[in-house]
Amino acid sequence: MPISQATPASLNSATTARVQLIDVGYDIQGRTIFDGLNVTMERGKITAVMGPSGTGKTTLLRMIAGQIKPTRGRVLVDGIDIGTLDVDGLFALRRGMGMLFQNGALLTDLDVYENVAFPLREHTNLPESLIARIVLMKLHAVGLRGAARLMPAELSGGMARRVALARAIVMDPLLLIYDEPFAGLDPIGLGVVLRLIRDTNDSLALTSVVVSHDVDEIGLLADTAYILADGRVAASGKPADLRKDDAPIVRQFMGGIADGPVAFHYPAPNYDAQLLAQDVPI
Amino acid sequence: MSVASDLLTNAREMCGKAGRHTFFTLRLLRFTPAAFKRFGLIWAQIYNTGALSLVIIMLSGLFVGMVLGLQGYDLLRRFGSTESLGVAVGLALIKELGPVVTALLFAGRAGTALTSEIGLMQATDQLAAMEMMAVDPVRRICAPRFIGGIIALPLLAAIFSMIGIYGAQLVGVALMGVDAGQFWSQMRAAMSTNDVVQGIVKSIVFGFACSSIAVYEGYHALPTAEGVGRATTRTVVNSSVAILILDYMLTAVLL
Repeated sequence: MPISQATPASLNSATTARVQLIDVGYDIQGRTIFDGLNVTMERGKITAVMGPSGTGKTTLLRMIAGQIKPTRGRVLVDGIDIGTLDVDGLFALRRGMGMLFQNGALLTDLDVYENVAFPLREHTNLPESLIARIVLMKLHAVGLRGAARLMPAELSGGMARRVALARAIVMDPLLLIYDEPFAGLDPIGLGVVLRLIRDTNDSLALTSVVVSHDVDEIGLLADTAYILADGRVAASGKPADLRKDDAPIVRQFMGGIADGPVAFHYPAPNYDAQLLAQDVPI
Repeated sequence: MSVASDLLTNAREMCGKAGRHTFFTLRLLRFTPAAFKRFGLIWAQIYNTGALSLVIIMLSGLFVGMVLGLQGYDLLRRFGSTESLGVAVGLALIKELGPVVTALLFAGRAGTALTSEIGLMQATDQLAAMEMMAVDPVRRICAPRFIGGIIALPLLAAIFSMIGIYGAQLVGVALMGVDAGQFWSQMRAAMSTNDVVQGIVKSIVFGFACSSIAVYEGYHALPTAEGVGRATTRTVVNSSVAILILDYMLTAVLL
């Protein structure tokens, strides 16, 4: 794939789907993570990817970002099969993406201002005065203009995620990926992040992909949600509709039921036999 | 049979690691010219690996020099040639102990710092975040640290040798009564440019080896607390062994 075809401008093309995973399979260390996964993420919408722990939600995000390649099938970002891109092509494509990591992943040796300015300094030759204005605008959008000179170690979890969001949007991406954005936040921080994701998506006309297992928050936020289980899509649709789905795995997940298709107990030998054995095998 | 197969497996793993290390070092070298265009990043690493190692280097240099002064004086006294103490100490420090001891200390102080810093960046997704921002971490993070180490080590070795010579002079001249004029004049007369070049070449090669090992181990550390700890240990062990092997090879070639 020529690099020119993978420029950020290509993310503007007119197809409805921004991201498509077509019959994707992924195996690692003899374990199948995905087996015939089909997902479509519409442009301008917030798509949530949910599912029990270990079902490959973060793997899916990394696949969309081109950090890992599928064993089978195709991952299309605006029609471009990212499996065919070389490193330069991938980096060109990523300039049109932003990703918010679960812990923020701020660069710990740089302060808040420099963290947000980082992509601008790496990819542009903008004068310092313009960089300062862009950074302050983005920090203002997440409510942290006054924290510009704080170091990452001085931020709370919620603040770190807001700074990471400012950094993710500083290059004005068209696709924004969130990995567990609500994990470990207090109710106020959670409300702030929820509002920011919605506002950012709508005001910048982005396509957002949110990986989470917070059912209530996704119900408030997402336009479409997918539930992954056993390497496939177990259910998809509007979050409200998923609550009515009859599939056992969906009912267990949406209802937060401890035992079901996802067993409470990790596979183990017979309990009685193990306890009553002379030399207790572990 | 199983011993043979274990040996074969280990040999294969070692070859694989050597190949990966070589490939990684070539990547670092590929980014070196571009890294010099942003010298500020390299300068910061010279400060981190060099300036912040100064105290330990100077202190060690002083005491190594003082021990050399004592041992050298004792040895030369037996042959009645204590006036040659300056030559003996100067040659030992500039050609051998300066580069080698500095490199060993560098691996323990700066190399471990580099490995743990990069390893923790890996463990906290900072390098992954950079990749997502379309920034190659090898270019932005590893290359400046690699070059900074190569520049810092010869400077540290020079300071180590200088302080060491003064330490030896302190013991030999001030304490043991060797004539100061003979101490300095014989050193100047006996040492050639070639001796100094040998020391410089060794310290550059050691800087290359220590920095590439530290950066490689940090970049490839498992993203866990244990993984970073093990990578840091590997940096010290591999660097120390590499320094001693390279020292013999360089000495054999340069003598």
